[in-house]
Amino acid sequence: MTTTDTGGSGSLSSPYLDRIRTMRHVRNGKERIIEAILFVAAFCAVAVTVAIVAILLYEASTFFEHVSLVEFLTGTEWTPLFERARYGMLPLLVGTVVTSAIAFLVAGPLGFLIAMYLSEFAPPKLAEVLKPFLELLAGVPTIVYGYFALLFVTPLLQKLIPGLPGFNMLSAGLVMGLMIVPYVASIAEDAMRAVPMALREGSYAMGATRFQTAMWVVLPASFSGVMAAFVLGISRAVGETMIVAIAAGQQPNFTFDPREPAATITAYIVQVAMGDLPHGSIGYQSIFAVGLVLVVITLFFNLIGQMLRRRIREVY
Amino acid sequence: MNQPKTLDDNAAMVTETLKAETRKFNFFYGDNQALKNVDLPVAERRVTALIGPSGCGKSTLLRSFNRMHDLYPGNRYEGEIRLYPDDVNLVSPEVDPIEIRMRISMVFQKPNPFPKTIFENVAYGLMVRGEKRRSVLEEKVEEALRGAALWEEVKDRLDDLAFNLSGGQQQRLCIARALASDPEIILFDEPTSALDPIATASIEELIAEIKEKVTILIVTHNMQQAARISDYTAFMYLGELVEFGRTDELFVRPRKKQTEDYITGRFG
Amino acid sequence: MAETQGPRLRTIIARNHRWDLIIGTIGLLATTVGVLVLMLLFVDLVIDGWQRLTPDFFLNFPSRRPEEAGILSAWVGSALVMVVTAFTAVPLGVAAAIYLEEYAPKNWITELIEINVTNLAAVPSIIYGLLALGLFVYILGLGHSILTAGLTLGLMILPIVIVATREALRAIPVAIREAAYALGATRWQVVSDHLVPYASGGIYTGVIIGLSRAIGETAPVITIGALTFIAFLPPIPFTGDPPAGPFDWLFSPFTVLPIQMFNWLSRPQTAFHVNAAATGIVIIVATLLMNGIAIWLRSRIRSKLKW
Repeated sequence: MTTTDTGGSGSLSSPYLDRIRTMRHVRNGKERIIEAILFVAAFCAVAVTVAIVAILLYEASTFFEHVSLVEFLTGTEWTPLFERARYGMLPLLVGTVVTSAIAFLVAGPLGFLIAMYLSEFAPPKLAEVLKPFLELLAGVPTIVYGYFALLFVTPLLQKLIPGLPGFNMLSAGLVMGLMIVPYVASIAEDAMRAVPMALREGSYAMGATRFQTAMWVVLPASFSGVMAAFVLGISRAVGETMIVAIAAGQQPNFTFDPREPAATITAYIVQVAMGDLPHGSIGYQSIFAVGLVLVVITLFFNLIGQMLRRRIREVY
Repeated sequence: MNQPKTLDDNAAMVTETLKAETRKFNFFYGDNQALKNVDLPVAERRVTALIGPSGCGKSTLLRSFNRMHDLYPGNRYEGEIRLYPDDVNLVSPEVDPIEIRMRISMVFQKPNPFPKTIFENVAYGLMVRGEKRRSVLEEKVEEALRGAALWEEVKDRLDDLAFNLSGGQQQRLCIARALASDPEIILFDEPTSALDPIATASIEELIAEIKEKVTILIVTHNMQQAARISDYTAFMYLGELVEFGRTDELFVRPRKKQTEDYITGRFG
Repeated sequence: MAETQGPRLRTIIARNHRWDLIIGTIGLLATTVGVLVLMLLFVDLVIDGWQRLTPDFFLNFPSRRPEEAGILSAWVGSALVMVVTAFTAVPLGVAAAIYLEEYAPKNWITELIEINVTNLAAVPSIIYGLLALGLFVYILGLGHSILTAGLTLGLMILPIVIVATREALRAIPVAIREAAYALGATRWQVVSDHLVPYASGGIYTGVIIGLSRAIGETAPVITIGALTFIAFLPPIPFTGDPPAGPFDWLFSPFTVLPIQMFNWLSRPQTAFHVNAAATGIVIIVATLLMNGIAIWLRSRIRSKLKW
């Protein structure tokens, strides 16, 4: 095809071509503006992170003008709303650790077994039916799980453990574990599924059973992904709010006994937010200080989890 | 014990012992018939090559011998693959695929070492059988690695990850893995298609050595390779076994037009 | 060789099979635990709260008398907050996804954005509440309003929308893009005429899943100070006199369904727990319905679109 300006027969006619050429700058300008807008939208993700860190640091910094970091990190009494205020956050931290540990003891093994079953054992048809159920379970709002913990699981546990208080960390942790199961299972299953079929075939061709193949070939190959599932599951438990706020009670209590009521970091934030604390008061700032601790903990787990997940993607 | 089944090749005046044979063997992927009435004899301690254009069913046939198709739903065998001297039909539902796979090993197209150490890779077939005695494992691993001509290269780093080996070494490791459990037949599914010429040559040499002890069935798309290493060749086309014969016969004097077209490069 | 190994081999295989069966059964049981918990949860709520699900329950304001209390202000609040959430998350999320998938060069800024998106998805929701409390409520002065709640939840579900949109875009084969470019389309024309329409099913799925998460989310909305006792409705949107009138609903105080439920659940009287259960049924039905639609939509796309 000829594209000369004279407009030979059978080629683009001259005025048409001219228009395309003059439009070129307009077109390029428009394209660039659109790209800039899209970039700004994408950069929002960074902006949100920066905003979170900035707000938490800003409010927490005023808090730490009044409270020493040493007391905050090592004190065993947390009573910021009392007359005689104490600002040792260990009780909140311990409450968080205990509930998360219980949750992990439920979600880790169950999530792993489910992932292994769905990826290695289940007939594909059955897996197709079961997986949406798990997704639905993951979609149930946490407030509903909170109801379940307080008014179903706790009464049930009270029959097994006489003298168990109405608010306790055990029930909250158990239900939180159930809530995280689908999350852990789905990440672990993704990792196992990423193991190439050729490896499984290599194992089956040696006469290995499904269980042998799962434990000796698929698990080692997807190990970091399964670990990622555990780590991200723990992070979910640490940041979970409503279940613990409803079922574990909101009073800080420095104890490792899961039968006792105790507040977690998140439950404390809810308790303060429900009240009517004036903006700028030290109680108000304290939720940002503990929020900062929460962000640091979850960020730590998330980064490890994502690193582990990325590693498995790089291998296959 | 039954009288050994034999394969009589009148033209060459030899009598081979049969290790296996397919009889009126059909295979279906769902409704899709991939193999039609295949009758293939497999001579003991010989190399039998399956050749044919891609999609002709040669890999499907090969994977039927150790029931790999059982791993995926919707697959169906019809007819028989008889394994001798037991004289069982190994695709019969009553026969345990796990047992078949312990007795009939496989080496795949792309090397697929497990994400484990070299030692663990080779010992895998024995571990699957519950063998835990370290001394037995060590002895067998060394024997298999020597058999796969890999021992000298890896004897000082048996605890290294198998991923760190080169492609050719990985494939020889997979062969050692197959050898370690003393299989009766080893199936090779285009074992050199992912390798360079030098590595290919070493694998071919290895196959020639292994066949002293083990029956070999190999799929290859490389006709020169089939001609170089096999004793018998089967030419397959569109799911059917078109021609079977001694390799030197089949390549020199093909009886069927399709075979001739294929080996002279007119299609495929 | 085979004969000598035969019987011993068979016992070993039998043992291996037994283990396989045991573990398979345990796996199946574990998986059904998930399904059972879901059923139990639902049945428990329904048994507790079913009797309160009358039309009056949807048409009454909360009240001190449990049997007269209803969720009118809560479901209206939830609906209005969802509108703001969708208007925040969809344009922002889709645009960000298009940038990351179709425009972004491979450099450290893109890398930074990617890391941030994955990280934001895992930030606890209550942290978004703290962000909103500090930024929207006080620094920007938006107050404890529908607008604040909508923006907060919008930011929270942003990663879900971004990830879903990217996956939908990635599923479109390069050949489609090349075909459009070969006809002289600009990058934006390829995106707007081809990629976004073809990916729309996947984008809807992501948006619905995101909204279903937002509608049940409690913690961040509590943190920004949503009121728990609201006995009035926000102004009807787009009815007031301009300039401020049409949008005054955005700045109205409000409550939402999960907060109403939390409030009733925190009361000691069991009569209010019945109300909480009934509200729970409403929330769970809404979220399950949305999730169900999303799962159905996704399976339909998968079966319909085979590139």
